[in-house]
Amino acid sequence: MKALKALSAALALPILIVIVWWLGTMNETNPFVPKPGQMLNDLFTVWVGPLMAEQVVPSLYRLGVGLGAAIIVGITLGLLIGASRLARALTGPAFEFIRAVPPPVLLPVLLLILGIDDRSKIFLIFLGCLWPILLNTIDGVRSVDSVLADTTSTYGMQGWARFRWFVFPAALPRIMTGIRLALPIAIILMVVSEMYAALDGLGYRIMLFKQTFQMGPMWAGILIIGLIGILMAGLFRLVERRVLAWYYGQREMEKQ
Amino acid sequence: MSTDVTGTTPKGEVLLSVQGVQKVYSTPTGPVEAVRDLTFDLGKGEFACLVGPSGSGKTTLLKVISGLMPATSGRVVLDGKTIDGPPRGMALVFQEYGRSLYPWMRVAENVVLPLRAAGVPKAERRARVDEALEQVGLAHVPKSYPWQLSGGMQQRVAIARAIAYRPEVLLMDEPFAAVDAQTRADLEDLVRKVWKELGITVLFVTHDIDESVYLGERVIILSSSPTIILEDLRIDLPAERDQLETRSMPEFVEQRHHVYEQIQKAKRGYNADTASMSAVAASGV
Repeated sequence: MKALKALSAALALPILIVIVWWLGTMNETNPFVPKPGQMLNDLFTVWVGPLMAEQVVPSLYRLGVGLGAAIIVGITLGLLIGASRLARALTGPAFEFIRAVPPPVLLPVLLLILGIDDRSKIFLIFLGCLWPILLNTIDGVRSVDSVLADTTSTYGMQGWARFRWFVFPAALPRIMTGIRLALPIAIILMVVSEMYAALDGLGYRIMLFKQTFQMGPMWAGILIIGLIGILMAGLFRLVERRVLAWYYGQREMEKQ
Repeated sequence: MSTDVTGTTPKGEVLLSVQGVQKVYSTPTGPVEAVRDLTFDLGKGEFACLVGPSGSGKTTLLKVISGLMPATSGRVVLDGKTIDGPPRGMALVFQEYGRSLYPWMRVAENVVLPLRAAGVPKAERRARVDEALEQVGLAHVPKSYPWQLSGGMQQRVAIARAIAYRPEVLLMDEPFAAVDAQTRADLEDLVRKVWKELGITVLFVTHDIDESVYLGERVIILSSSPTIILEDLRIDLPAERDQLETRSMPEFVEQRHHVYEQIQKAKRGYNADTASMSAVAASGV
């Protein structure tokens, strides 16, 4: 009952938007304006099938590798930098600078250095996703509880033991926040990198449809991007609820 | 009643020796001297309470003793070795129980962690955790998370973790200041029980005069900051203590009264500086 209620609440607005959209475009003759029925039709007739495997799978591969690398490198570097005052002082200004540079402007250079294949796209996704994860991890390590830190010290836990049992779990809520922020960035950079110069991928195909005036399939491709976003957010929430069960449980207790 | 302020002579073998400890913090507005000069010895198996008014540098002192913080001058010696970091033979129970247990670990995991980190074999680990939880009366909740328990129970978990670690010296920093009065009485008796059963040495810091007299075999009274020892008092109460009977004994009332007066003196601003001034005045210079 509760789940049903939550589901209907989540779906109410999208359904309303689709209805308004559908009614508003019913008598529309401009071929550039998308219609919901046409879009859904194109999604199934054009995209579902071999096109999905040819164009969406490479995109998801780049997204997965880029984001995965950003998570691993971001957490590792973040734990190391966050734990050392000297490292924080040294990296602070440089990070502020690099972080202010929008990743897409690097794309032309990356294409020249790394080539038109997967590497330049993966690297761009990696670079864009790295910052929110890295900076949040550093902050998470810095803001660990001082009493818990003293407890860990008095029980003689140092080095790896301290990271594994104290610093990492204590910083995990912030790390997860960083990953959540990185998800939409990953999708944006995936599409942008494929629109610029690519031989396959969702962004490439959407641009191709646009250039050949196939507006329906183009809009259907955009719909797929949105669906990937929803799917990733849902998957992330599932993982987060699992690994941070203690965190939400504790917060729930404090509210009572 | 012994009121030996300078040299303290515990019975038996000296386990912990605090020698001329001074602690000066550097702050943006200049150095602040929290502790002036503290010297006392703790014998093996002793139960001593450190009592002082709030702001008397009790927590600072405990951090220095536990090796979390270096002393500005002087040294702390445990079992013949000068401390330069948290030593293996000490466990510290904090006042903030809610912040000293790992919220991502269940009760038993919290208790076992220091043993895992110290490389204690698995079978022995389990035995020690079970025993410690039994001793604090928490054998029934090993799978709960700390934040699911009441404050008093959380502090019991922290005590269980400390005794499972088998320290030579158990340091307690106002451990019951944040729990309600009834829970507090239970926990006081628990600490006495654990002390007697395990024969460990306890240094118990508190601002509560009643608590210090009720718990300790010895009460060390601190001045206000910069801190010196005002008095080192031996408590003449029977080993078996009872919340009702002991507290109504004339000896208890008398010693409580005495400690109270000393704390009042400290609160009026008696510290290292005023002490030396009055010494100068007394010597007639």
